[in-house]
Amino acid sequence: MTPKSEDIEKARKICKGDVRTASRLIRDLEDQIPEAKATIKQLFPHTGKAHIIGLTGPPGAGKSTLIDALIASFQKKNKTVGVLAVDPTSPFTGGALLGDRIRMQRHAENPGVFVRSLATRGALGGLSKAVGDAVYVLDAMGKDLIMIETVGTGQQEVEIINHSHTVIVVLVPGMGDEIQAIKAGILEIADIFVINKANRDGGGQLYSELMAMLDMTKIPAGGWRPPIIRIENVFEPVLFQEKLEELSAKIDEHHQYLVDSQLLGDRLRRKSTLEINEALRVCILEPVLKELVKTGELDQMAEKLIRKESDPYTLAEDVARRYLSAVH
Amino acid sequence: MEERKIRIMVAKPGLDGHDRGARVLARCFRDAGFEVIYTGCHQTPEQIAASAIQEDVDLVGLSCLSGAHRYLFRQVVELLRQQGADDVTVIGGGIIPDEDFQMLYDAGLKAIFTPGASLDSIVEWVRNNVKPRT
Repeated sequence: MTPKSEDIEKARKICKGDVRTASRLIRDLEDQIPEAKATIKQLFPHTGKAHIIGLTGPPGAGKSTLIDALIASFQKKNKTVGVLAVDPTSPFTGGALLGDRIRMQRHAENPGVFVRSLATRGALGGLSKAVGDAVYVLDAMGKDLIMIETVGTGQQEVEIINHSHTVIVVLVPGMGDEIQAIKAGILEIADIFVINKANRDGGGQLYSELMAMLDMTKIPAGGWRPPIIRIENVFEPVLFQEKLEELSAKIDEHHQYLVDSQLLGDRLRRKSTLEINEALRVCILEPVLKELVKTGELDQMAEKLIRKESDPYTLAEDVARRYLSAVH
Repeated sequence: MEERKIRIMVAKPGLDGHDRGARVLARCFRDAGFEVIYTGCHQTPEQIAASAIQEDVDLVGLSCLSGAHRYLFRQVVELLRQQGADDVTVIGGGIIPDEDFQMLYDAGLKAIFTPGASLDSIVEWVRNNVKPRT
């Protein structure tokens, strides 16, 4: 298909940094408007330059506040920043209160900073389905760094690793046996740990437990051992700033490490495979499902299952035989 | 699947820090199924306009209890217009004297809600007057 001139025009505007065009495209991506993909196709060749940083951790750990401070730090290094902040959608009403932005409003007028709130809209991995494509939009706009903030996470919301080069896990003391609670999932994905509010009771214990956990993790020679940065008090500007610069430097260091060790390529490969997976689902499964809904066949199949006249696998194979002649 | 959602920004311009009403409204919009971005207090009109554009909202709801609505509300509408975002609907609420209504409508506000307005009436107004863009 030859690209439409309006899509080329939109892509050109976004590459020039046009905020309104970019934010409208992100809206279309969230709303899953099929035409939005056409613009992404045009933007795709202009992406791949940004360093993508994911921040995750339990609700109230201070992710948004850290992002606010990191924006300032990166701006000082003359880097432009994009932020995608995800908050949950209500499973009952479909509504959402997106409040991450409140912490970052001092950057609202800064032309080098673009902050966008996204609702999960039912996605389960701690992100929105539109995050992948929204990252491309910010990347094509020329943002040097893109920070993605997940919803407040529990144990299993690890999808952030598929979208970022550097994952920062933000923890806080005083949540009981948080190490036990999150040992299997979220602690494994960290490239950098932040213990926020580390001056609170249990801060020392959390630090030593994390150290012990890392000591038991096999890290190959020349490999990356996730550093732990303790941020003690957001209300002591000098101290806070010091720690923040340390975090900011570690982020740059990790990026350099990924480039030098060629691990960046591995991460990109993992991401690309998943993207193909998702694109196939959209291109193959969704049109078939749409058709089955339209013809009422999906309901009929459900009825058959209820009456035990068939099973899900036989029914799916029937559909596959009809629609996927090349495979079957 | 394809679905258009209404996105709303609730913002408090100026030096007034009384945001109970704004927060209640934000929560109420959430419960009505809208996506709501709350900016917090002490926002300049410039911050509000820039945020509304970055967030691509359909509606900006301004709350002001300090008496500075005449300048602040008008300024938000004007800045949106200057940046080509005049399709964003702007409404206001707070302590607004009757004699200021016309001036605010003339400035481009589409509705004004004062103490006593029920949450349901505000949600209904939004449903009837704000369509997510196509």
